[in-house]
Amino acid sequence: MKTDTIAAIATALTPSGIGIIRISGQDAMNIIDKVYRSKNNDKLLSDVKSHTIHYGYIYDGEEMVDEVMVLVMRAPNSYTKEDTVEIDCHGGVFVMKRILETVLKYGARPAEPGEFTKRAFLNGRIDLSQAESVIDIINSKNEYALNSSLSQLKGSIKRDIIKNREKLIHEIAFIETALDDPEHISLEGYPEKLYVIVAKMLEEINHLIKSADNGKIIKEGIKTAIVGKPNAGKSSLLNILVGEERAIVTDVEGTTRDTLEENINLSGISLNIIDTAGIRHTEDIVEKIGVDKAKNCIDLADLVIYVIDSSKELDENDFAIMEQIRDKKTIILLNKSDLSSKTTAEDVKKHIDKTIISISAKEEIGINDLENKIKDMFFSGKISFNDEVMITNVRHKNALAEAKESLELVINSIRNGLPEDFFSIDLMNAYESLGTIIGESLEEDLVNEIFSKFCMGK
Amino acid sequence: MPAIVENYDVCVVGAGHAGCEAALACARLGLNTIIFTVSVDSIALMPCNPNVGGSSKGHLVREIDALGGEMGKNIDKTFIQSKMLNKSKGPAVHSLRAQADKVAYSMEMRKTLQNTDNLTIKQIEIAEIITDDNNNITGVKSVTGAIYNCKAAVLCTGTYLRARCLTGEFINETGPNGLQAATHLTDSLKEHGIEMYRFKTGTPARVDKRSLDFSKMQEQFGDERIVPFSFTTNPDDVQIDQISCWLTYTNEETHEIIRNNLDRSPMYSGVIEGTGPRYCPSIEDKVVKFADKNRHQIFIEPEGLNTNEMYVGGMSSSLPEDVQLAMYRTVPGMENVKIVRNAYAIEYDCINPNQLYASLEFKNVHGLFSGGQFNGSSGYEEAACQGLIAGINAAMKILKKEPLILDRSEAYIGVLIDDLVTKENFEPYRMMTSRAEYRLLLRQDNADLRLAEQGHRVGLLSDDRYEWVQKKSKMIEDEIERINNVKIGANKKVQEFLERHNSIPLNTGVSLADLMRRPELGYESLAELDPERVELPEEVKNQVEINVKYDGYIKRQIKQVEHFKKLEKKKLPTDFDYSKIGGLRIESVQKLNKLQPLSIGQASRISGVSPADISVILVYLEQLKYSNPELFFQLNGHEE
Repeated sequence: MKTDTIAAIATALTPSGIGIIRISGQDAMNIIDKVYRSKNNDKLLSDVKSHTIHYGYIYDGEEMVDEVMVLVMRAPNSYTKEDTVEIDCHGGVFVMKRILETVLKYGARPAEPGEFTKRAFLNGRIDLSQAESVIDIINSKNEYALNSSLSQLKGSIKRDIIKNREKLIHEIAFIETALDDPEHISLEGYPEKLYVIVAKMLEEINHLIKSADNGKIIKEGIKTAIVGKPNAGKSSLLNILVGEERAIVTDVEGTTRDTLEENINLSGISLNIIDTAGIRHTEDIVEKIGVDKAKNCIDLADLVIYVIDSSKELDENDFAIMEQIRDKKTIILLNKSDLSSKTTAEDVKKHIDKTIISISAKEEIGINDLENKIKDMFFSGKISFNDEVMITNVRHKNALAEAKESLELVINSIRNGLPEDFFSIDLMNAYESLGTIIGESLEEDLVNEIFSKFCMGK
Repeated sequence: MPAIVENYDVCVVGAGHAGCEAALACARLGLNTIIFTVSVDSIALMPCNPNVGGSSKGHLVREIDALGGEMGKNIDKTFIQSKMLNKSKGPAVHSLRAQADKVAYSMEMRKTLQNTDNLTIKQIEIAEIITDDNNNITGVKSVTGAIYNCKAAVLCTGTYLRARCLTGEFINETGPNGLQAATHLTDSLKEHGIEMYRFKTGTPARVDKRSLDFSKMQEQFGDERIVPFSFTTNPDDVQIDQISCWLTYTNEETHEIIRNNLDRSPMYSGVIEGTGPRYCPSIEDKVVKFADKNRHQIFIEPEGLNTNEMYVGGMSSSLPEDVQLAMYRTVPGMENVKIVRNAYAIEYDCINPNQLYASLEFKNVHGLFSGGQFNGSSGYEEAACQGLIAGINAAMKILKKEPLILDRSEAYIGVLIDDLVTKENFEPYRMMTSRAEYRLLLRQDNADLRLAEQGHRVGLLSDDRYEWVQKKSKMIEDEIERINNVKIGANKKVQEFLERHNSIPLNTGVSLADLMRRPELGYESLAELDPERVELPEEVKNQVEINVKYDGYIKRQIKQVEHFKKLEKKKLPTDFDYSKIGGLRIESVQKLNKLQPLSIGQASRISGVSPADISVILVYLEQLKYSNPELFFQLNGHEE
């Protein structure tokens, strides 16, 4: 069976010692030959034996990207039963992304979520009972997958894309009508008009591509809000979570000017804690009650951690917060379990039905329970995959690049004086490419949707 | 009571454009065929516009011809003006349209039918279809009780089923042009579980030429060099003296009269139940929906050589007679117009075509086929091509041969039929170039190259014709290859040539093909730089030029087709109960069960079936490989 070649980052998209980029498909060897150079630049990996590992470098053209080890596995003795190459690189997020982009540039396409598993299945690697369970998972997750991928698009980007698609379909429709009814509708002077429209659209698409390049790495994790009244222990919790053994990744500017996000790696799961500045800040200034501020964070979050001081009674501020988190994926922490308790889990349960965990941030008790709970939610799909966000972004970027290419072809056609019906072919392609970003594609390329919620690279 | 009983291979019900093609195809394939009509005088009648072809419809006629149908040949014998539309645009949207002498067209087709072996013509209304216990068609029954046994039947009843015509408040229970309607068959079809729709269409008035003042209109001429429709017609034989059409416009006064009388239009007063087409609106629709336009084009077209009647194109209407007269008389050149036949709207029964396979056979009545407006389409050309396919497939069924199914990448006919049988359709379906995704490949100029093989396979295209197309195809291929290999150096002669043609001079040598891709240059003009060139037939040169000039676009389209074919090749079982596949949404199960798509590709085009549903079906198909390998491989063969 002929298939195209896919690639993806196989390890979690968080800083770790090592990162793996996996390539699978009939062109895997060709592609690795194009990007890999051994130390003396004297060997081609397409010539080496199966199941061997090779030291060398990944090059994008003449630019060295990283020092790597490459594992070569030939069909059918690989997970997917296809030719497979694994590039072990340094674990930085930038490096992994950069290598993936290089591999894509030289002929692979980004794997859909779970596509490696899908191929393993289609190539007979997984048996029937496993396949059936796969169907169950697809059914339970399709809707979720769509929602999460849509929500990752910033509102303004989505609006831009929708607006440009509307413009495109308008122009296409105009050309088509003129073709179907040439005696009533004239295309006199139209190419010049279209040229201006397409040129402007190209500018906007270029801008979008650039914004994708800026790589909001920190956003590629589960957006997490830590909320609670002042002195409930948010700051201590944050400190424990980002403590040295768990390593702070980086601080970058978030969506608003004064909000910072911090990225936490929790056993391979990436959490982005929203408004860490706010958490630390309001702890210091007691009179600034964080309720209003919390509301913003809660709206942005995929996961809310709500910290209650169990040594105090619940008050109207707590009830206000509970109202705001009612529809959110939430874990409630009853902090200060080391002190005598005035608020119990039962007391909280009377007001809101959420998972409740007792902890002591000060004594570091119960932190493991919290970690395990987050992992549970993550692996059961209740909160979003970090690596999926990554893929979505690479895919978005790819789709934008395709749209750009199509629009450039339109410009070319107009410049070369081609007849109007040639414009609509590429305009339609651009329309479809943009459609894949917002999930409204005309083209329904389908098998790929199938295992869409499967963690890739398993 | 004694009744006539006769035996045939195929019964064709209706002798319009679909019925004629169906009957001719069956008879020509050697099957004993009978065609029924309510009136022999109305065989191949053109009850609406007096022309054949037009944007995308011209493509259909070319394809009919390429497969061995009759329409192209018939119009070549009877046209009075011809024009290639969209000539300033790309070759994919060039479209031929010819004005017909209506009476001559009808007579010529009737003559062809009457002189075809194995073909019997019978004037009678068919009232019932007859089936056996296994839902196989066994015959049809006339209103007089006569029984015609058959192995297959093709229904092409056009706009005649329970037809009624409306002119304002006046309602006439007739078919088009005052012809007798067919009132019985609908009930029999319903009894066989066939779902019926009710559609509506309309036609403008016919007016007396002597009452028109052409000095106030613009004359519309035909092309100087006429291109015939049929690939078998010698172009030299069709260079006739042409008759002109005339262009005029409505104005605010016209629109005022229409607006003031809308309450008397059956469309707006709610008397009409049927759904009309959006693309072919009546003048009252245009005035209401495009209120910002202060004029609409009106084409005055001759109905034939031996009649004074002129067709008022663009002004179809169901308004009352007095309003019609008043509004027509506001149009420049029509101030004193005399109406010969009033405009009217017509309502008729047709089927929901989702009940058909792409072979145009009913899913629930074996051996029963249908084509034309009965299937919910509109237009002579749309009807004819379906009639041809339905006829061919009725014959294939009897001859136990593979049915002829064209897909969306092979022909406009394929697009049309796939749309009809797959998509939800609530108005008369008209072909449009924008419906064809791969139109750069589906050109009217290469219909023979695309379809000759199929036409020959089913047996309608002669060996001679097929061999010629193959030879032509080879000549094209060779010439393209040659042109790609002819090197043009940047010498003085070449630069001088380029300068003369306002083309940028060369820096380095290029191939002749590269030069041909320049907009200002072409196959003919480059002859000067191509001394090795051998003189080739016009149609070969034409193909070479198109294929070289638009090479990049064509290649991209071919890539799209390959992608499309992948999903078309994944075949699905028929008579399959989709509720057996766990995980499909109920709405999808219902639609899939009803439509019984033949491939994953077709399933994906069903309105309301989501990509997620398709994924589930694909997984099921893969599982089938293990659970029921026999069925799987029967459907999809073994992998390469």
